[in-house]
Amino acid sequence: MLDYIARAFLGLAFASLAAPAGAAGADTPPDVLVKNVTLEVVQIIKSDKEIQSGNRRKIVDLIEAKVLPHFDFSTMTATAVGLSWRKATPEQKERLTQEFKTLLVRTYASALAAYSDQKFDFRPLHAKPADTDVTVQVRILQPGSQPVTLDYGMEETASGWKAYDVVVGGVSLVANYRTEFANIVRAEGIDGLIRNLHEKNESLARSGEQGKK
Amino acid sequence: MTRGAQILLLALAVAGAGGCASVPNPDPRDPLEGFNRSVFRFNDAFDKAVAKPVATAYKDVLPNPVRNGVRNFFSNIADLLIGANNLLQGKPEEALTDWGRFAFNTTFGVLGIADWATDMGLDKHDEDFGQTFGRWGAGSGPYIVLPFLGPSDARDSVGTVFDWHFDPVGNHYPVDERNAAVLLRVTSQRADLLDASRLLEQAALDPYLFVRDAYLQRRRSLIYDGRPPRERLPEDDAPPAAAPGG
Repeated sequence: MLDYIARAFLGLAFASLAAPAGAAGADTPPDVLVKNVTLEVVQIIKSDKEIQSGNRRKIVDLIEAKVLPHFDFSTMTATAVGLSWRKATPEQKERLTQEFKTLLVRTYASALAAYSDQKFDFRPLHAKPADTDVTVQVRILQPGSQPVTLDYGMEETASGWKAYDVVVGGVSLVANYRTEFANIVRAEGIDGLIRNLHEKNESLARSGEQGKK
Repeated sequence: MTRGAQILLLALAVAGAGGCASVPNPDPRDPLEGFNRSVFRFNDAFDKAVAKPVATAYKDVLPNPVRNGVRNFFSNIADLLIGANNLLQGKPEEALTDWGRFAFNTTFGVLGIADWATDMGLDKHDEDFGQTFGRWGAGSGPYIVLPFLGPSDARDSVGTVFDWHFDPVGNHYPVDERNAAVLLRVTSQRADLLDASRLLEQAALDPYLFVRDAYLQRRRSLIYDGRPPRERLPEDDAPPAAAPGG
C-alpha cells in the first residue's frame, strides 16, 4: 500500500526537473516553459558525472540556477501555513519562506540524484489565452508502472509564469504540509514552526556532510 | 479465511486495546490516530530491521535488467485483476486495454518479463477493489494503518481482502512456490521504493502525518482516475477540513 504514496513521492524527483527554466522570456507560455526546462535539466544531469554520483553541492547549484526563479515560494509557504499566515509578522513570513524553501530544495536535490532515464510526456495545455492561472500537465513514463502525473499550478506574474504548487500523482505537495504545520503552530506558535523547520534543515545538512547516502 | 481477513481481525483487536490513547490535535478523518501511530512505529521498525535491508541487498546484487524483468512479470499478472476492476467500474475500454496488455506481454513479452505493450501505447492502469468500492459510492471511512501493509482506510482494507482473495499469485500452488513468489514480489516492490522512502524521511517533519495526508489525497485522486473535482487551496481556510465522502 505504501507504494502509492511513495511512487507519487518519487515524482518529486521530476517536480524540480520540470520546473520552467531561465532560457525563456517572461511571455513564454507556461507549458512551453515547463517543457524547455525539463529537457534542459535532464540534459545537464545526463552529461554530468559528478551529479550522477551524488555531488550535493552541484545539484543544489543546478536547482538554484534553473528551478528556483520559477517557483513562487511565498505563495507556497502561505498556502501550506494556512490561516496562521495572516497573524505572522513580515519578518516571520520571510523566515518561514526561507526555511520552507531550504527544506524543499534539499528534498529536490536528493530526488534529482535518483533520476534514471524516465521519459516525459508533455500534455497539451487546456487554457484560454487570457487565463492567468493554469495547470500544466506532464506524465512520467516508466515501463511496468502506471505513468506518474505531475500537475503544475502556475500563475502569471509580472516576471513571467510561476509555479505555486506541484501535484504529484494526485498529491499536492503544498497541501500535504498543511496539517503538520497547523499542528505545530497550534502547539508552539509561528516561532515554533520556524524553529522546527530550522532544526530539520540543520539535521539534514549535518547528515548530508557525513555521507552521500 | 484469508490472510487479509486474519490481519484485519488482528488489527481491530489491537485497535480496541490501544485506540483510546488521546492525541493533541484530533482529525475527524483519523479517529484512531493513537492506535495508528503505534502501528506506524511498528511498521517502521520492521521496515528498518528487515524489509529495507533485504530490498537494498536485492538492488545491489541484481542488475537493472533483471529487476525490470521481475517488476514487469508481476505487473503483467496484476493486469488481469486491474482489468476486472475496470470492468466492475463500468470502464470496458480500459478493461480491454488491460487484458490486451496481458495477452500481448504474456506472449511477445515472454511471460510478461518485457513490457512491450506500454511502448505500443497501451497504458498501464492502477485499479483495485478499494477504488472500485469508492467508485460505487462507498465512503472511505476512518484512516487506518495496517500492520505490515501500511496506510489504508476502512473501505480500502475491505478492498485489500478482495485483492488478496483473487490475487493470481496468492492462489498459486504448491505453497512453497507461492510463498517464494510473494516474497520476491514484495522485495521487488520495496526495492523500487528505496529512493522514495529516503525522500519521505527528508521531507517530512512528522512522517506519520505526511504519509497519512498523502495517502488520503492519493486515493481520492485514484478513484477519480486522476481527475478529482478541482479544489483550489484557499490561503485562508482552516485546516484540517473534514474529508468529503471519498
